[in-house]
Amino acid sequence: MTLVTNDSVILEEPSFARRMWRMLLADKFALCAVIFLIFILILAIIGPSWLGDLATKQNLRGRNAAPFDWERGWVWWMGADALGRPLLARIIVATQNTLMVAAGAVALSAVAGTFLGLIAGFSSPRVNQVIMRLADVIMSFPSLLIAVIVLYILGSSILNLMLVLAITRIPVYLRTTRAEVLEIRERMFVQAARVMGASKNRILFRHILPVVLPTLTTLATLDFAYVMLAESALSFLGIGIQPPEITWGLMISQGRQYLTNAWWLSFWPGLAIILTTMSLNLLSNWLRIALDPVQRWRLEMKGHKNG
Amino acid sequence: MADHLLEVRNLSVEFHTAVGVVKAVRNISYHLDRGETLAILGESGSGKSVSSSAIMNLIDMPPGRISSGEILLDGVDLLTMPAHERRRINGRRVAMIFQDPLSHLNPVYTVGWQIREALTTHGTDAAKAASEALRLLTRVGIPDPERSLSKYPHEFSGGQRQRVMIAMALALRPDLLIADEPTTALDVTVQAEVLALLEELQQETGMAILIITHDLGVVAEVADRVVVMEKGVLVETGTVREVYKNPQHPYTKKLIAAAPGKGDMHAPAARVEPVLSVHDVRKRYGSFEALKGISFDLMPGETMAVVGESGSGKSTLARILLRLDEPDSGKALWKGRDLFTMSPAELYKLRRDLQMVFQDPTQSLNPRMTVYQLISEAWVIHPDILPKARWRERVAELLVQVGLGPEHMGRYPHQFSGGQRQRIAIARALALEPQLIICDEAVSALDVSVQAQVIALLDKLRKEMGIAFIFIAHDLPVVRDFADHVMVMQKGNVVELGTVRDVFETPRQDYTRALLAAGLDPDPDVQAEHRAARLRRAS
Repeated sequence: MTLVTNDSVILEEPSFARRMWRMLLADKFALCAVIFLIFILILAIIGPSWLGDLATKQNLRGRNAAPFDWERGWVWWMGADALGRPLLARIIVATQNTLMVAAGAVALSAVAGTFLGLIAGFSSPRVNQVIMRLADVIMSFPSLLIAVIVLYILGSSILNLMLVLAITRIPVYLRTTRAEVLEIRERMFVQAARVMGASKNRILFRHILPVVLPTLTTLATLDFAYVMLAESALSFLGIGIQPPEITWGLMISQGRQYLTNAWWLSFWPGLAIILTTMSLNLLSNWLRIALDPVQRWRLEMKGHKNG
Repeated sequence: MADHLLEVRNLSVEFHTAVGVVKAVRNISYHLDRGETLAILGESGSGKSVSSSAIMNLIDMPPGRISSGEILLDGVDLLTMPAHERRRINGRRVAMIFQDPLSHLNPVYTVGWQIREALTTHGTDAAKAASEALRLLTRVGIPDPERSLSKYPHEFSGGQRQRVMIAMALALRPDLLIADEPTTALDVTVQAEVLALLEELQQETGMAILIITHDLGVVAEVADRVVVMEKGVLVETGTVREVYKNPQHPYTKKLIAAAPGKGDMHAPAARVEPVLSVHDVRKRYGSFEALKGISFDLMPGETMAVVGESGSGKSTLARILLRLDEPDSGKALWKGRDLFTMSPAELYKLRRDLQMVFQDPTQSLNPRMTVYQLISEAWVIHPDILPKARWRERVAELLVQVGLGPEHMGRYPHQFSGGQRQRIAIARALALEPQLIICDEAVSALDVSVQAQVIALLDKLRKEMGIAFIFIAHDLPVVRDFADHVMVMQKGNVVELGTVRDVFETPRQDYTRALLAAGLDPDPDVQAEHRAARLRRAS
């Protein structure tokens, strides 16, 4: 593809934000995902103070009330749980805890894993060996076992939960990053940077990291769902988030015993998890293309079709 | 009309891409007879491979579409033929060999298996296929053919793999062999052997050969007639001699003028104090000796060409001089100081003086950085060269200097063509104001006309700025117009070192002579003389 060289007029490049906004409009799925995620984020911020009382008030006459009963208030539209608490209100209130744990754990593990992976891939064989064997140790332990031990010793709190879940997920990012770094550092543009005298940090963060990042964001969004469910498993074992605190994962595990006669107890929080992860996934997919100068035209073309 | 073996009439092929419909081939017609060799000559993007892909039904549809035309094989139109009949023709009547045999041979099967497969899918029984495979490998000159049958593709050298591909293609005695850049990836001496093999086989079997190439030398060596293509349009056709001696179309004229190796040779200046002096550099990888004691001197503002075939150690030498690899022993004095014992701080200063331009600009430019970022990175790393306020202005200056414009600053590498990308890479090297630039096959990946422009640019920079060059190439004609001194390398040794005139006119070593003789001249008459001389030597 050759360049049109006769355009002597320099086209003013649109600003970064404007450009991203245009590309977001071009991808309808990503746009829906962003809107949904903003909505979820708002709920997470205002949820507990808004519906906190309603979500914990028991009403034994309304136990396992069926959903779609339009005659009652809107908080009852998704039905009620085994203690007669409105499910919709509980899901909204649970958003904060769920997102905090999941986002915190994913962010922590992604940052730590990526950093260690970059070091492992770019430094001496000895450092590489030490880091990789540490990752092997973490991976060879059943992750729930580590979680049980650590939470038993430290006591369960949201922060500890985040830490534990983060530690068990570090090897995923570490191994992916290291494998990619080993490949990318042999590429010609990295060699070219070395010839220019670029420092190791510059090569690592300016040349290698941007190439690895798209893979990692995709990985992180997939991990989001895993962490939410792992958190519910810990809650189920009695060492995670404990009632009366609520998370989506905890709600799923609470509803499990009623699955045959009251499906909605597990279904709604499950749906919330699926929609959130799916939105994140669509968003990361869009981000991967939008941030890659080689791929970007796919989105920029969509805006004004040329037949 | 049906007397031609192959006739392509008014063929147009278009591809639907995101930037709209691209007409890859527009209304082209050519024909080919039995026992004849037709060359399709064109640069990258000229659509020269598209028409042959259409003959072999290799175009992906969609996005591709054959919008008009017919392809007649013995008078029968291939394009309207049902798919199952067409499959019977592929391989049996029309066979194809490709540029890169390593990626076109299946790595998990033995060579013998793959040749037998070509035979058995078209109905030969297994026992006969086995003996036929052995005969074919022997015929194409693979050493020790019986044992080679059970070897895997990676165990052969590039030239041998191309021979294996030829054996597979010839298994069913096709009427037409399509060769798509069959020798581009090979060394010059190997290229000559493979082309000679193709000609011998053609005389034996009487098949027609359609050879697709960008190299005028290949055309002069093997073809009877030539078709010149530019941007999907057939611009000229005729016998090789007619087209070379009396080109009609301006594009053909430009292409012939761009062929390297015709200008005046440089007369090197008097020897003064060398800027770089290399003594007895050695390097081994395991038991493989890549460099067996290399020594040379380089004067300021001088161009030293390093020529050799693949595996001769020329790239290793470049990497060692830039300290991308560490040598096992030896010295390299840069203005009297040894490069190999410098501390990291000294090395960092040295990077300003010593720069490199890599072979493939697609890979040596970070795809996620704009041209401005790529060039100004030099000053981020070496902040004392230029204050930040002047960066934009200086990038614009450098871009103009290498023949691009300031408006290209905000663009990304993939938006440029190969030659333009190499100019960006050169601008980046110049940003550090170096005194020596090492070019590792810097023009090998470029089209001939672009190659000439880039070399002219480098020569201009050398004259204007007094930069010394170490110019690594596998191709002798390329360095003829540009180098002051030539160093010929073979298997880690320097076999010949002298001024460009000495090396080209009175080569002292057999290896240099063989390299010079194997190089293909674009002039069909000169090339015929070369061939006659080669045959005399062989007999």
